[in-house]
Amino acid sequence: MDRTALKEFIARRVARELRDGDFVNLGIGLPTLVPDHLPAGVRVTLQAEVGMVGAGPAPATDDDKRYVVDAGGQPASLNIGGAYIDSATSFGLIRGGHVDATVLGALQVDAEGNLANWIIPGKMVPGMGGAMDLVVGARRVIVAMEHTQRGAPKILRRCTLPLTAVACVDLIVTELGVFDVGDAGLALVEINPDVSVDDVRAATAAPFRVAEPLVSMV
Amino acid sequence: MTKQISREGAVALLHDGMTVMIGGFMGCGNAHHLVQAMVDSGVGDLTLIANDASMPGYGLAKLVEHGRLRKLIASHVGLNPQVALLMNSGGLEVELVPQGTLAERIRSGGAGLGGVLTPTGLGTPVAEGKPVVEVDGRQYLLEAPLRADVALINGYRVDPVGNVWYRGDARNFNPVMATAADLVIVEADHLVGLGDIPPEDVVTPGVLVDHIVEGGAL
Repeated sequence: MDRTALKEFIARRVARELRDGDFVNLGIGLPTLVPDHLPAGVRVTLQAEVGMVGAGPAPATDDDKRYVVDAGGQPASLNIGGAYIDSATSFGLIRGGHVDATVLGALQVDAEGNLANWIIPGKMVPGMGGAMDLVVGARRVIVAMEHTQRGAPKILRRCTLPLTAVACVDLIVTELGVFDVGDAGLALVEINPDVSVDDVRAATAAPFRVAEPLVSMV
Repeated sequence: MTKQISREGAVALLHDGMTVMIGGFMGCGNAHHLVQAMVDSGVGDLTLIANDASMPGYGLAKLVEHGRLRKLIASHVGLNPQVALLMNSGGLEVELVPQGTLAERIRSGGAGLGGVLTPTGLGTPVAEGKPVVEVDGRQYLLEAPLRADVALINGYRVDPVGNVWYRGDARNFNPVMATAADLVIVEADHLVGLGDIPPEDVVTPGVLVDHIVEGGAL
């Protein structure tokens, strides 16, 4: 798979995690592909931390560009029936457990569900934006990412980068499989039918158990 | 007494070394004309409290580009590469604050509270040096309130007493910042008459606003 196909593959699997009526916040990059793959009959309301409930697909008019942006600062739109809210209210929704799920990428995630996705000291210091609040407050935290970074595992026994939050991740979806994160550590619950469990172990630097039965993620 | 003053008159109220809040999210909802007037005035050595550093050439990014900031308190600086350059050369001190925590620190600063208890940041570098408080068996970080000498707000419609209606998600941090500064200056994209904003639609009441400046098209 090329990287575009790989991202679509991951997004398609993540989309099956969402339920009709869910209120969802999507991180930038790969997670924004998820709405394209929602199963028939499933409609979700998108939250954007800048202050949108019911974020839409594209900018409506040139005139709106100055006034309606998404969480990445790009021109955006609001669906009919949506609402604009200020930042304190927006993060009240996020922290207060009103967001059903958040889907976001990771630099590292570990066997205890710790997440690192905001800083590489000395190299990349963009800031955490809303990520720390989202992973603490959303009811379900789904990490959607490529399994490795230039061949190096991103799923580790213990994160080495500064954390975004402690024990916050519920599910990890990559191109190789789906991991459930629980008190007993990681469980591989689904696998890409084109790879073996040994392939997954070779690309993963954390111990995990394999669910019985192990089902196909496709 | 009229609240309306010129842009030049407004920035003459800003002095070197002040702490300034500027509402906005990646430039959306920045007081663009006041920022330009600050650049023209030469005021500098400022501590800026804002969600982000915007994007090159847009909105408050100009204050970074013209070297007017001593310190930046923000949640995200990744879309303005100039910030990383200045951080690395020691030309700019940056304090990164989770976005929801930033909103609540400002809100508490404007609401007469001694800070806010949040689970966001526990177990991360954000928690360093901060008291941890336990309430009903859960742990929270005590985050201190934030206030500023001056807040620069951007409203779409502003009436003569300073009532503000915001368009789209340009409201973001503007309403909380309008509560948390000793001097509040609103840049009006459109000046409207008394009573033109229905009272139920006023987001920032004019009692919070000291001065109004005409803004308009970019």
